[in-house]
Amino acid sequence: MIKVEHLAKRYADVYAVNDISFEVHQGEIVGLLGPNGAGKTTTMRILTCYMPATSGSANVAGYDVFRESINVRKQIGYLPENVPLYPEMRVREYLLFRAKLKKLPSRERKSKIDECIEKCSITEVQNQIIGTLSKGYRQRVGLADTLVHDPKILILDEPTIGLDPNQIRQVRQLIKELGAKHTILLSTHILPEVEMLCERVIIINKGKIVAMDTPTNLAIQLRAGNNLVLEVRGNGEKIKNALTNIKSVKKVVWQDKGEISNFTVEAEKGADVREDVFSNIVKNNGIIREMKQASITLEEIFHQITMREQEVTT
Amino acid sequence: MTSTGTIFQRELNAYFLSPIAYVVIAVFMVFSGYFFSVMLGLTQETTLRYSLAYTQFILSILTPVITMRLMAEENKTGTIEPLMTAPVTDFEVVFGKFLAAWALYNVMIAPTAFYIAFLAWVGNPDYGAIIASYIGLILMGGLFVSIGLLVSAVTKNQIVAAVIGIVALLILLVIGLASAGNEGWLYSTLKYIGTYDHWETFTKGIVDTRDVVYYVSFTALLLFIVVRIVESRRWR
Repeated sequence: MIKVEHLAKRYADVYAVNDISFEVHQGEIVGLLGPNGAGKTTTMRILTCYMPATSGSANVAGYDVFRESINVRKQIGYLPENVPLYPEMRVREYLLFRAKLKKLPSRERKSKIDECIEKCSITEVQNQIIGTLSKGYRQRVGLADTLVHDPKILILDEPTIGLDPNQIRQVRQLIKELGAKHTILLSTHILPEVEMLCERVIIINKGKIVAMDTPTNLAIQLRAGNNLVLEVRGNGEKIKNALTNIKSVKKVVWQDKGEISNFTVEAEKGADVREDVFSNIVKNNGIIREMKQASITLEEIFHQITMREQEVTT
Repeated sequence: MTSTGTIFQRELNAYFLSPIAYVVIAVFMVFSGYFFSVMLGLTQETTLRYSLAYTQFILSILTPVITMRLMAEENKTGTIEPLMTAPVTDFEVVFGKFLAAWALYNVMIAPTAFYIAFLAWVGNPDYGAIIASYIGLILMGGLFVSIGLLVSAVTKNQIVAAVIGIVALLILLVIGLASAGNEGWLYSTLKYIGTYDHWETFTKGIVDTRDVVYYVSFTALLLFIVVRIVESRRWR
């Protein structure tokens, strides 16, 4: 649905986006992740035809964003960062205005607007003046606007920024529901959001793509090995030696706390040593109080990737 | 062009939802009424000619107040982004906004019809001259609005847009006034560029094609430039 090839955007001497290529397939929810100023908004602005790229090409729903921008714009619903709205208008009036602008046939307008109002749960404020609404409601009015012409693709720039935790949860739930019907590209710098919502993540930093994969795959890729964290009652020394002798175990870290010991067992990539660890500990009369796999969170991946970049450049 | 109508409607509603429309109409009525009564008392002639000559000053100040928010507000609040990512062309947006501001301008000058009724009551005015004056007034409004729109498109600040617009319109008025009665290519050029000379012909009751062409083509040129300015975000 979205195909970006060698896209670049230069402001004066600075590249905001530098040679990025990616694809978003139909029905996918893809997260664009990166620190502030990484080029997320610029990428989205190019895809929504707000500004053209300096070089490279982007194709949205089969149309070129530069040459067939009107056709592209008919296919997308765009929620800009901070959701700019006309404060003097009433919610319903605003949605009607947007529906007209987006060329929704007049007989479909009312039913479609009703549907969006319901979907975004703004029924109770539909006749209120937008300027009096809270941030959470404004955000949902913005979302209703992106949906009003039933676009194939939704492009959401930081859809949960500035909301309180409850509102964030509601908006995420809504996005998840929308994912069933629409192809979604969303940007964020909040990691759990991506983990929760997206099937694929594109991490960009300083205008370049640094990683692109599913959240779980990214975690696997980056995991140096499988880490097991254990808490064991028993003879620490003996157990440590036994664990070290297991075939695919690379490293064992032992923390002696008297009767109870903590171990961190690092295994080779792809190896599952949990059962061996269990039987070895039992053989040495140890009692396992806790055993868990330490999974790398997206937060660590993000940190590692963006930091690695910095090390390379400095 | 369908979107032009949608934009026009929204913009016109926005004027009447904010105090701007009421303020400019009230201010205009106070000053035009004052000039009308003073000039009527002074000249004892049943004509709008003299009072409308002063009206041009008020219009030069009030029209930029009408137009200041058109683009500047969208640039400032960021609503330009959802607007321009909807399937509308830059021209449709600019033209819709232009028409809305021009409509408000015409609503603002409409109450002066009362003065005509008053003149008809006290004497026997020259209706031909009055109709010509209004044609001139409306055409001049188009030009003023397009200048205001241009200034509004280049800034994010409404006050700046209003001030620059007022200065530009006053300069346009003054260069025409100052070169009246002078000879030479420089003066005649300035006189042609300035609005005053063209406008005066209308108040005399003459609808000259040259003056119509001046207003219409000047307005069209400015609107063309505004479209380019709005477009310029694409190559900046």
